[in-house]
Amino acid sequence: MTVADDLERLNRRDAVRELLRDRGDTLVVTGLGSSSYDVFAAGDHDNNMYLWGAMGGAAMVGLGLALAQPRRPVVVITGDGEQLMGLGGLATISVKKPGNLTLVVLDNGQYGETGGQKSHTALGVDLYRIAAATGFASAGELRTMTEIGSYRTELTKLTGGPRYVSVRVAAGNLPRALPARDGVFLKNRFRARLGFQVN
Amino acid sequence: MTNNSVWPKEIYRVLKEARVSQASYVPDAGHAQLIELLHADPEIQTTVLTTEEEGIAIAAGAWLGGQRAVLLLQSSGVGNCVNMLSLISNCRFPLLMLVTMRGEWAEFNPWQVPMGSATQSALQLMGVTTIRVDTAEEVPEAVSAAVAMAFDADQAVSVVLSQRLIGRKQWEAR
Repeated sequence: MTVADDLERLNRRDAVRELLRDRGDTLVVTGLGSSSYDVFAAGDHDNNMYLWGAMGGAAMVGLGLALAQPRRPVVVITGDGEQLMGLGGLATISVKKPGNLTLVVLDNGQYGETGGQKSHTALGVDLYRIAAATGFASAGELRTMTEIGSYRTELTKLTGGPRYVSVRVAAGNLPRALPARDGVFLKNRFRARLGFQVN
Repeated sequence: MTNNSVWPKEIYRVLKEARVSQASYVPDAGHAQLIELLHADPEIQTTVLTTEEEGIAIAAGAWLGGQRAVLLLQSSGVGNCVNMLSLISNCRFPLLMLVTMRGEWAEFNPWQVPMGSATQSALQLMGVTTIRVDTAEEVPEAVSAAVAMAFDADQAVSVVLSQRLIGRKQWEAR
């Protein structure tokens, strides 16, 4: 693994905003903590499902959604710590091969919500290599805004997945941008946008 | 456990009638026949899991996308689900779990007993309704009742299939 200065790492808000620009009819699931704030800061949307807990579960929510909605692109945006808690899920996604699913891990190498303790990705573990080894159709790492801009069109594809990408973002907590925390509201809003009635 | 029990076929029939279209599982001998039936059905997406909590989150995602899901697991896997059940509780997602019991009737492996003894309590502690079934005759009605509670009333429901129903595990060297 190449060790890069924090200076070379991207601002996570800028990175997420660029990824979700022109999102079209993309369905988005976020992992707890900063990833949820980043996606909310990029613009709230009825088809954003923000998780505030359920650590390790974001990619699996994305899998169930991608299987249920094969004609919509599904993007999971989460952090390195959240995904590390669900490593087995990478294997589960790989064997299901959902062509419309992209997993984006914002990798700052630390647990930002709890005091900035180093995570495994700062200690030599490359998540994208694990994703590649489980059999993701594509797996890589984005290091510049130009690379993110080029990758953006991948997110709206319905075939060719599952895709995995790590985005190397700077550590440190940005001002919080807090989406709604009420899960029932988020669920019903998400489903209503897809045309499903509330029970 | 035989390969031709009637009750797994009954569960499959009830799930089909309920329009369940996603099924995820960590394999268990007690669910082997049902897993085969689900795999053979092209209208049902089957997902093999590395740990049971993945299936909780998949069920939530399926519902977000307008589909009904079922999670098949063994009693030991209930312990793996505990924190992920907060996703179901917070969002009031429907959840249908079919739990095959170990660690009770004629259990030969003591390592199955602690989690088996705590399975129903653990589910209840996390807000999951438990419907226990001890005889084959009760199975269809119990699963049907769980389906109604889950998908009509947005509840988390588990059908707990007793080890006596499933039968003694054949474990001696062949």
